[in-house]
Amino acid sequence: MNWTKYFKVLAAITGLVLMTGCATKTPFDYTAYKESRPRSILVLPPVNNTPEVQASYSVLSHATRPLAEAGYYVIPVTLMAEAFKENGMTQPTDMHATSVDKLRQIFGADAALYVTINKYGTVYQVINSATVVSAQAKLVDLKTGKLLWTGSASASSEEGQNQQQGGLVGLLITAIVKQVMATALDQSHQVAGVATTRLMSAGMVNGLLYGPRSPNYGKD
Amino acid sequence: MLTIRSGATAALLACALLGGCATKQPSLYQWEGYQGNVDAYFRTDKLSTDAQTQRMEEDLQKIKASGGAVPPGYYAHLGLLYGQQGKLDQFAAQVQAEKTQFPESETFMDFLLRNFKK
Repeated sequence: MNWTKYFKVLAAITGLVLMTGCATKTPFDYTAYKESRPRSILVLPPVNNTPEVQASYSVLSHATRPLAEAGYYVIPVTLMAEAFKENGMTQPTDMHATSVDKLRQIFGADAALYVTINKYGTVYQVINSATVVSAQAKLVDLKTGKLLWTGSASASSEEGQNQQQGGLVGLLITAIVKQVMATALDQSHQVAGVATTRLMSAGMVNGLLYGPRSPNYGKD
Repeated sequence: MLTIRSGATAALLACALLGGCATKQPSLYQWEGYQGNVDAYFRTDKLSTDAQTQRMEEDLQKIKASGGAVPPGYYAHLGLLYGQQGKLDQFAAQVQAEKTQFPESETFMDFLLRNFKK
């Protein structure tokens, strides 16, 4: 086999692998989301199903950036937390149980993002340990109570070269994870940043749509 | 010569990747240390409110100096820090700034102006 042939075969295989990778995910039904066209999002403090007490506000503190860069106005998270506290509410489960009418009346957001954290912290395995954060989210229209979107994401300090996400985002995330490993400072919080960014960025497969403040709004 | 050529190939490949997979979007906002400051606010071993305010003010100057856009929630959070120091005029001014920059915030900002008392 000469070199040209070799490269042609390689290109064909690469193409095949890429195509297969893209085609396997069932596309999410965005009908309700597109009808709703939310401009602003209220991210409620995440419900924490892990023993790590800091998980909820660690994830919440990462949430504004990906959502804002996706083109949404994000209700200021610290003031939201204080407003709940003023009303005697400290448990995320109680906040999540608040009626959509009440949430809309106080915060004036078009939609709310309900996040649940399922993993946060170091998982000790047989050979090595990994810091893992995983969370799921649902976006609900605060006018109608309709479910607009659901998604989940996770991140691990042990993610190597074999990325489950391709493209530039995948490359950037690998770089971030590597940086995390290099510094190892407050690792859980940093891995939570990667997981939250994956969960709440627009332009991902089956991810959130772009919002009105993004130049990509309405193009996805 | 070989190294130069492979460098060029790598550059081309990078271009192809960038162009093909995801066109790099410029950031909508200039974040500086805002996310870290929000994290610091939520921590139990947090920095003093004074120190947090100073960081937020310094970053705000940087954002303004380079002509960047202030992120959602930035003015409001700065207002909260002032409010907790009893500086209610500053609180109201920052909340107003949030409302001016982001009209989507109006309902909540008005709620805060009515209800926030330290």
